[in-house]
Amino acid sequence: MSQQGYVAAPPYSQAQPGMGGYQGGYGDGSAQPLYGHYGGPPQAFAAPPAGMMKSPVSSAAGMPPPPASNQYNPNVQQNGAHPQRYPAPPAASAYGQPLQSPYNSMASMAPPPAQQLTNQMSSMNLGNYGPMQSPPPATSSVAQQPFQTSLPAGMGQPQMPPGPQSPHMSPPQSPLASMPMAGQQMAGPPMAGQQMAGPQMAGQQMAGMGRPFPGPPPSGPGGFQQPGPGGFQQPGYPQQAGQFGGLMTGPQPGMPGGFPGAPGGLAGPPQKKLDPDSIPSITQVIEDDQVKRGGQVYSTNVRGQVPPLVTTDFTVQDQGNASPRFMRCTTYSLPCTADLAKQCQVPLACIIKPFANLPKNETPLYVVNHGETGPIRCNRCKAYMCPYMQFIDGGRRYQCGFCNCVNEVPVFYFQHLDHMGRRADFYERPELSLGSYEFVATLDYCKNNKPPNPPAYVFMIDVSYNNIKSGLVKLICDELKTLLENLPSEEGMESSAIKVGFVTYNKVLHFYNVKSALAQPQMMVVSDTAEMFVPLLDGFLVNYQDSRAVIYNLLDQIPDMFADTNESETVFVPVIQAGVEAFKAAECSGKLFIFQSSMPTAEAPGKLKNRDDKKLVNTDKEKTLFQPQKGVYEQLSKECVAQGCCVDLFLFPSQYMDIATMADVPSHTGGSVYKYNNFQVETDGEHFLRDLRKDVQKSIGFDAIMRVRTSTGFRATEFFGAVHMNNTTDIEMAAVDCNNALTVEFKHDDTLSEETGALMQCALLYTTINGQRRLRVHNLSLNCSLQLSELYKSCETDSLINFFAKSACRAMLNQPLKNVREILVNQTAHMLACYRKNCASPSAASQLILPDAMKVFPVYMNSLMKTAPMVGSTELSTDDRAHQRLLIMGMGVEDTRLLLYPRLTPLHNMDVSTETVPAPLRCSEERLTDAGMFLLENGHSMFLWLGQAIPPDLIQSIFNLPSLAHLHGHVCALPELDNPLSNKVRSIINGLIEERPHSMKLHIVRQKDKPEMVFRQFLVEDKGLHGGASYMDFLCYVHREIRQLLT
Amino acid sequence: MASYQEFIQQNEDRDGVRFSWNLWPSSRLEATRLVVPVSCLFTPLKERPDLPPVQYEPVLCSRANCKAVLNPLCQVDFRAKIWACNFCFQRNPFPPSYAGISDVNQPAELMPQFSTIEYIVQRAPTAPLIFLYVVDTCLEEEDLQALKESLQMSLSLLPPNALVGLITFGRMVQVHELSCEGIAKSYVFRGTKDLSSKQIQELLGLTKPAASGQQGRPLAPEDAAASCRFLQPVHRVDMNLTDLLGELQRDPWPVPQGKRPLRSTGVALTVAVGLLEGTFPNTGARVMLFIGGPPTQGPGMVVGDELKNPIRSWHDIQKDNARHLKKATKYYEAMANRSAVNGHCIDIYACALDQTGLLEMKCLSNLTGGHIVMGDSFNTSLFKQTFQRVFSKDFNGDFRMAFGGVLEVKTSREVKVCGTIGPCVSLNSKSSCVSETEMGIGGTSQWKVCGLNPSTTLGIYFEVVNQHNAPVPQGGRGAVQFVTQYQHSSTQRRIRVTTIARNWADAQSQIQHIESSFDQEAAAVLMARLGVFRAESEEGPDVLRWLDRQLIRLCQKFGQFNKDDPTSFKLSESLSLYPQFMFHLRRSPFLQVFNNSPDESSYYRHHFVRQDLTQSLIMIQPILYSYSFHGPPEPVLLDSSSILPDRILLMDTFFQLVIYHGETIAQWRKAGYQEMAEYENFKQLLLAPLDDAQEILQTRFPMPRYVDTEHGGSQARFLLSKVNPSQTHNNIFAWGQEAGSPILTDDVSLQVFMDHLKKLAVSSST
Repeated sequence: MSQQGYVAAPPYSQAQPGMGGYQGGYGDGSAQPLYGHYGGPPQAFAAPPAGMMKSPVSSAAGMPPPPASNQYNPNVQQNGAHPQRYPAPPAASAYGQPLQSPYNSMASMAPPPAQQLTNQMSSMNLGNYGPMQSPPPATSSVAQQPFQTSLPAGMGQPQMPPGPQSPHMSPPQSPLASMPMAGQQMAGPPMAGQQMAGPQMAGQQMAGMGRPFPGPPPSGPGGFQQPGPGGFQQPGYPQQAGQFGGLMTGPQPGMPGGFPGAPGGLAGPPQKKLDPDSIPSITQVIEDDQVKRGGQVYSTNVRGQVPPLVTTDFTVQDQGNASPRFMRCTTYSLPCTADLAKQCQVPLACIIKPFANLPKNETPLYVVNHGETGPIRCNRCKAYMCPYMQFIDGGRRYQCGFCNCVNEVPVFYFQHLDHMGRRADFYERPELSLGSYEFVATLDYCKNNKPPNPPAYVFMIDVSYNNIKSGLVKLICDELKTLLENLPSEEGMESSAIKVGFVTYNKVLHFYNVKSALAQPQMMVVSDTAEMFVPLLDGFLVNYQDSRAVIYNLLDQIPDMFADTNESETVFVPVIQAGVEAFKAAECSGKLFIFQSSMPTAEAPGKLKNRDDKKLVNTDKEKTLFQPQKGVYEQLSKECVAQGCCVDLFLFPSQYMDIATMADVPSHTGGSVYKYNNFQVETDGEHFLRDLRKDVQKSIGFDAIMRVRTSTGFRATEFFGAVHMNNTTDIEMAAVDCNNALTVEFKHDDTLSEETGALMQCALLYTTINGQRRLRVHNLSLNCSLQLSELYKSCETDSLINFFAKSACRAMLNQPLKNVREILVNQTAHMLACYRKNCASPSAASQLILPDAMKVFPVYMNSLMKTAPMVGSTELSTDDRAHQRLLIMGMGVEDTRLLLYPRLTPLHNMDVSTETVPAPLRCSEERLTDAGMFLLENGHSMFLWLGQAIPPDLIQSIFNLPSLAHLHGHVCALPELDNPLSNKVRSIINGLIEERPHSMKLHIVRQKDKPEMVFRQFLVEDKGLHGGASYMDFLCYVHREIRQLLT
Repeated sequence: MASYQEFIQQNEDRDGVRFSWNLWPSSRLEATRLVVPVSCLFTPLKERPDLPPVQYEPVLCSRANCKAVLNPLCQVDFRAKIWACNFCFQRNPFPPSYAGISDVNQPAELMPQFSTIEYIVQRAPTAPLIFLYVVDTCLEEEDLQALKESLQMSLSLLPPNALVGLITFGRMVQVHELSCEGIAKSYVFRGTKDLSSKQIQELLGLTKPAASGQQGRPLAPEDAAASCRFLQPVHRVDMNLTDLLGELQRDPWPVPQGKRPLRSTGVALTVAVGLLEGTFPNTGARVMLFIGGPPTQGPGMVVGDELKNPIRSWHDIQKDNARHLKKATKYYEAMANRSAVNGHCIDIYACALDQTGLLEMKCLSNLTGGHIVMGDSFNTSLFKQTFQRVFSKDFNGDFRMAFGGVLEVKTSREVKVCGTIGPCVSLNSKSSCVSETEMGIGGTSQWKVCGLNPSTTLGIYFEVVNQHNAPVPQGGRGAVQFVTQYQHSSTQRRIRVTTIARNWADAQSQIQHIESSFDQEAAAVLMARLGVFRAESEEGPDVLRWLDRQLIRLCQKFGQFNKDDPTSFKLSESLSLYPQFMFHLRRSPFLQVFNNSPDESSYYRHHFVRQDLTQSLIMIQPILYSYSFHGPPEPVLLDSSSILPDRILLMDTFFQLVIYHGETIAQWRKAGYQEMAEYENFKQLLLAPLDDAQEILQTRFPMPRYVDTEHGGSQARFLLSKVNPSQTHNNIFAWGQEAGSPILTDDVSLQVFMDHLKKLAVSSST
């Protein structure tokens, strides 16, 4: 079912006549409720909403049905419909609407939006719930209009907020002024002292959260936190200290115990402005988790235990379940039935990073050898021996935990059981006691039953005019000499077993014979690009150590050989084909490093032409920009995967390159795509080389095939990642490295039992860089529960957002972006509404109540919709969008998290005497100060932002320049100055660059300079530069949606 | 009047022409009754040290469809400065440059002794010679090494300004760029993909951007030379190429057990032909293909790479079991024709113990006038010396090779030309001289012979078309003019014109004259060529039957006998040897495939249809010399009776040179008598045939296989299979002679053959 993808079938849109489609998503039993199932059968959406759904529908029906498409796009007409009531919406660009005002005006208006937001929210409240307080016009307008229109309207209406309400809105000014507002608010409820303990606590917390948005006016003062005692009865709830609780711990003492109804807050100083600190903060959540679980040992011995956040620094001890570094789930407690799953719409998924790097203090995987017969597997479901196999019958047989089949224990493997029913050798065998381990694979697991050869790395350099002129070719050739000395090798090996080969190309391909016996390398030109082949076997792929002299000679000559080239056309597909053919001939797998500067326009298979069309942006055809060209590229991916040929693409474009197509092969073969726009050796050289080094040296496995097995009752249905799938179960990857992550979605087949829980086993068959065939097995057990509250409690926001990001990025290939965004929002609302309905204590509808584990989910979601691929703006280059889309598809949890919420570190007031890195700030312009210096980084870009009023001594010590004005625009590295500040700043920057999977180029941005615009895109809590709501606006909108769902 | 013998010899020496009949029957009917057609063997570039070329251009008949060249047979009116064409009778004024012409001041072409004359075309552009080596690298290490050395050596033999190129192939085809410094660079082609000439030029980067505006027109040679990195003057790349050849490695692709190496001969040739086609059309060029085995992949493949499937044999071919034969032959034929059109010739040097696919590839050389050399290994003197001899020079120091020859035949109106048999292709030039009857390559009066050397000889067949009732005036003569345009190895364009005339004779009244004008040697070779030409397309027995019938008819026509009395049968002197030639021809490898592989047959036939008369006769009837103490060496009958214990025999079959020591001699030799001073004469005897053999070895191209054997030696088979089996195991006792050596064969002997022939000739029933 999922295969149908996000097909924007007409029924889907028809299903939302009243409510902009939300009930469709929320759908009844027959519907595919979860957004993640982009592919639900269209008719499902058309089905009549069931049961509880009905009420919202009917209420919706009562409203003027706006066209579904308007939902996020308040259009002029609607604004114009009430001109007198909503005079002049100044910065009316709401969600998804193209940016109307130029950047500068935006900036200058920075303060007002918050104000407007406040106002607008109050107006919303008024409109819906506060007839008594709100001025009539507001009431009528809001009541009659679905959210989308009211949002801009409200924003454009500064005077809207009625006086009386503002006090409610304002957060209580607690004594802990220095604390983030949110904390203070929270403080109120938890006041309860024992943090989560008290049931009402929870309610209050929720309320606190909810407060900024819809003040529940009816209840009078203090009403809007009105959780009401007992609102939250779920027993499990209190344990999730997570959110504000963690925060609480610190401030608690300072918090007055009182605040039962949080009236204090109400009583606070009459502030008009809603404090942005009052909404849930990612930085805070991260910090809390770090405080709570950081530095601890996380033992994986408990089923369904929620691991610390990805940002938290912890040590994993494998005790039967795979480390969260390998497998991380969206929730660690699955709903027992499909109905429940459908109801809550929380995607059930697992993000698997089979080759994840482990910190030094964690044990590498043990290798198990079961001898000639190969690993022991269940006869029926073929699951590998693992801790979930139950030994019975005195150890003579074992029952498979996945399919319950009873198997004989092979004679050589027999072992007696102890009184616990455990095998006596339990602790001696990794496959019985650990979550992750490796088996030595036998010949049965090898291609053609022959042991594999060590893999090969082939460097394929575009030597067309552009690359020669930019100096790139020389740069690469020089770098390769040292780089190849450091090819990865297996532990304990003296030198790498990896073979290397070299190809240069423009319109034709040049292969090089670098056999060690030769005095000079030999060049072989293949100009028949229509049917590619490798002209030589012996001497093409060589051991670097043996042929070093010849290779040196070659690398020295290449830049000169082509120095006076004027060939500007290139080919591309034949280059990859050549690699595949070479591997075929050598019977090995491996990786191609392709350095390409332009779109392949030469006459050859895979020739591309410019199909970039900005006119398609924001139309139903926009998706075609991201769809790869079919035909030869599709076929090529298959061939690559079949041969275990991974393709890494380094692009140096100066114009459109059709990355959607060019990156198609890398994205199906587990390869990476790097892009350096307008590459210049001086500014981008180092950045590129760092990427290259990282890429060459990272740990990697080749010719991989992976399968995810589950215990009965559910199964893996969807796979998102840089993989190729020939059928519905086998995940094929030409290579899998430490950064590749695959997101797997699960569906129910049957009812799961709370008792046995849910098991999954991910088995990855691959070839090591030494040419050994191995099987890597990761096992994970989850809880199952009939209680939705369990599920919400065990949710993992970072994983959830990874899932959503990937599924949205896939969906946008088949659906208009508008639909994708709509579905994202709807599902967000559904998940939260379901929580509210089923898990939260009854409370006023006006309250926004978020599950503790998901409280920062909206900010991520909002940010996701503002990412380049999703935002639909003509100002972004199609290639950049396509590139980012592909990047996201292969990302792991940490990467998506960081991408969606960059790290903003203040550097101007750090303590330079210690090693500690300053705590990151929320990504919002308000956090910047004129006299400050901030480092922002999202794993792909890095900015050093310098305030206008930055003290000159700071500039002096960092840049060795008298003042900011002396700074030239194109600095891309900090000078090495020997002063504490400079040292520390550089060490922070270098540390980050080291840590991230990709290298980052440092952009230095001065406040109010033009490049600042780029920087601002990354302040994800603010309104998007290319469209997209601010965090606050989004939260309001989601809240409104939730309320509509609930009524 | 000199005897016909002398006349014939004189004609051959002067004009390189041997006619089967030196008097021509005056009507078509009579001509057909003569059985052997009016035909000749013509050696266009026969070496004539006494014939310096003239430095001007020929004067042509002004009639558009004649264009015959002024010759000694033309009637000239010195006063009116007019000459009459002896072919079309057009009266032509002399060109202005001939203004001073008079009785006593005649240009050379009018003098009778210049019936053959050579002109140098002055204004034609000259282009350097081109040698493109196409080298198989799927060789054994020693073979490759030997080949490399031969090639390196050959560089020193080439004229310094000649262009040279190198293509190597195995599984892939590599075209080496010769101009580059530093890294050795080559363009590689997949060995399995057929490419058009245009594709090849594109892939090699030879096509200039279309902007040049001269699309479709080949590049002028100078441009091409500059742009072509693959063909460079020898003097410039000498060192480079020597190194390159030195570093040449065996094909690096592994050959699994039970497989043949993958050899992309077909594609390599296509690339070579395409490269030349694109860069130097209509310029003399020689593609030299060196192969050590059959093509095993791609277009033109002759046998698959599975060793378990042996290469086709005659048996397979007769059973229609040769899977690749037709396709491959067609492929190479098409390529040969392309190459011929561009005037490039293709040599094949095939050295392997097994067959290499010459059967399929023979047309490459046959149609373009290239050489085929077949040997066991590149590491033999046979190959090395033969190859060296390709670059031999004549008395002027010029290479004995010429390129791009076009032979045109013009005839007087009573005769028409039916066709030629030789290393040429038709140029499809229809003219009034062309007969409707085709013999050999017919239907045209012009043929292209891309590669020529002084011994290249074509068989040219004519038809007398004069009607029986329109007698030729008494004393009239039929004339034929051969015009050969070619590129001399000095890169000059030259034209050689040979004009000959023969008297007409009335076959009824002058049959004796005609009979005595019969050149039985030429006739035997010309008939043999017809037979070989037929054998290419017909079944062997059919050809033999045809030959037999022709022989019988000839004997009936000219023999003197009483009906049904075989013993009365007699042939005149001028025909007496003819039946014997036919007997040996029937047994020759040109018509018998038994005991020969298809490749060998192709090889033998290739040489047979291009060698001059003497060599051809040797091929038909090998020469046998006998050395003994009894006297000077003497030619003896090619008969088993010549094999005597106390003789040393030297047999020359053209392809083999066999020295056979009789039983006694062999024993003496074994005993070492030749080492003893007192048996100096024995030593001399032993050396005598060796010296003679050396002489032959020195001059013959290709160098014959040299066999030194003795009575009972296994190699003696070469001799035994050639001699007339007058004594076999069947009749040895009946003969009761102790001399000679019986041959174990069921073949009929000459005696039996003659008996049958007589019987049939005198029989009234046929």
